[in-house]
Amino acid sequence: MSNVPQELRYTQSHEWVLAGDDGQVTVGITDHAQELLGDMVFIELPEMGAELDAGDECTVVESVKAASDVYAPVAGTVVAVNEKLVDAPELINEDPYGDGWMFRLQIADPSQLDSLLDASAYEVVESED
Amino acid sequence: MPFIPHTEEETRKMLDAIGVSNIDELFDEIPADLINERLDYVPPAMDEAGIRRLCKNSAQSDGHYVNFIGAGAYEHHIPAAVWQVATRGEFYSAYTPYQAEASQGTLQLLYEYQTMMASLTAMEVSNASLYEGASALAEAVLMSVRAQRKKHRILMPETINPAYRETTETIVKNQGITISNIDYSGDTGTIDLVQLNDQFTDDVAALVIPQPNYFGALEQVDELVDLAHKQGCLVIAVVNPLSLAILKAPGEWGENGADIVVGEGQPLGIPLSSGGPYFGFMCCTQKIVRQMPGRLIGRTLDAEGKQGFTLTLQAREQHIRRSKATSNICTNQGLMVTAATLYMSLMGPAGMAQAAKASHANTRLLVEKLTAIDGVEVVFNSPFFHECVLRIDTPMDDLVRAITAQGIIAGMPLGADYEGLQDCLLVCATELRTEEEMNDFALHLERIVSKG
Repeated sequence: MSNVPQELRYTQSHEWVLAGDDGQVTVGITDHAQELLGDMVFIELPEMGAELDAGDECTVVESVKAASDVYAPVAGTVVAVNEKLVDAPELINEDPYGDGWMFRLQIADPSQLDSLLDASAYEVVESED
Repeated sequence: MPFIPHTEEETRKMLDAIGVSNIDELFDEIPADLINERLDYVPPAMDEAGIRRLCKNSAQSDGHYVNFIGAGAYEHHIPAAVWQVATRGEFYSAYTPYQAEASQGTLQLLYEYQTMMASLTAMEVSNASLYEGASALAEAVLMSVRAQRKKHRILMPETINPAYRETTETIVKNQGITISNIDYSGDTGTIDLVQLNDQFTDDVAALVIPQPNYFGALEQVDELVDLAHKQGCLVIAVVNPLSLAILKAPGEWGENGADIVVGEGQPLGIPLSSGGPYFGFMCCTQKIVRQMPGRLIGRTLDAEGKQGFTLTLQAREQHIRRSKATSNICTNQGLMVTAATLYMSLMGPAGMAQAAKASHANTRLLVEKLTAIDGVEVVFNSPFFHECVLRIDTPMDDLVRAITAQGIIAGMPLGADYEGLQDCLLVCATELRTEEEMNDFALHLERIVSKG
């Protein structure tokens, strides 16, 4: 069983979202997603300052098995990207909820967070995979 | 026995299994108005003797001319062993195999080809080839836009082969990419650096640099590369691979070298054969390899520690990445690449340099002989590789027709593609042209020009 931290929000497409007090959210992919994809070999991060709508493709991760898109869970502006992943994409496998974070958004509409899944709802999504 | 892998019975079984009554039903999803019912232009079936006759007649209608035309395809010496080996059953396929790793010999050959091309261009990576030179440039343009994200403008000099520009425009125009033309200097026949300088705006993804350019002239590649890189643009080099045996490799242009190198592979052992098949090549830096289209072969070790060859970075390709793949190209011109690899192996660096130098020397000699004629002069004041533009004081169509009647193809008239060059002819003399042939050409040209 993969790790699904209680304090995070989730999407159907396997992103996790950590909401901060400053109107910013941090985004990555779940433990389950990294397990499915396998060893990461490459990441293409979003551009700083890019304005994203919820559901926009903004990051590409490539593993030994596949290349997949990562979607913006909510609308917002990219205010930080995890440059460490460019040289060390394996961090996504090793620590998906920590050092494996991908980007941070200044969110446009905090109410969009309410439409995300909580941990128990995401566990259901996982079990149906 | 027909060469069809499935018997009627097997086909029936498969159709029954999926609940379809006949093969045509598999295509039901195609809207009826898109289906062309009438195929009147397809001639009736022919027998083997008929096909031989048709091909022989077509080949004969090409004629046997002494060639002084280049303009993108060049008649060079091809060692007899190249096609003797390339047409062996083990190699005789245009495709990378679908069960790729089962064909280690083919993969090894492609790996060796890539290694040779990377070494020739001084680039880090080569793919296993593309269709031909013009579409290779279009792919390079798409690749540069992917690598540069929000930038969508390409600076394309007038000195590029006009067919390459047209092909590129056709392929990229509906993808939101703008092609801006860069003028050439009427004095040198190369990219006008002053005019170019004004063209760098924030949205320029790449500058295309042909070397030698369509006029045969050598561009100031070092200055151009540094200028483009200073402006945050990528550089796409379009080169003649044979010329690289004696010219500076694009990976060494300027401070940091070109980012993408493409071109037509035909000069490397592929016969003219009425215009194809040829092959395109593409090399790039490691930094942007994930944006590169086409197949890449890598060398690795298997579970037993033995050397093996494998398709690598497949996640970019369409069988995995579907509509987001780096291109729709999943195959290549394998047979042409086989011939090119054999050509480069047999000629070696010294042999290729010899062919390139002899082509350069022959073209100089030809230009000397032709410009000795009153009314014939060199147009551009630039060093050239093996082609040169001549201005001839005689109506061009008549001239070309009259020379052709003497069994000589005089060159490529430039009037149709370049305003102001109506009276200009692009000539080429590869290592195959003899002094006698050049004298013959000069003799006929002199006779025609003096009459005009």
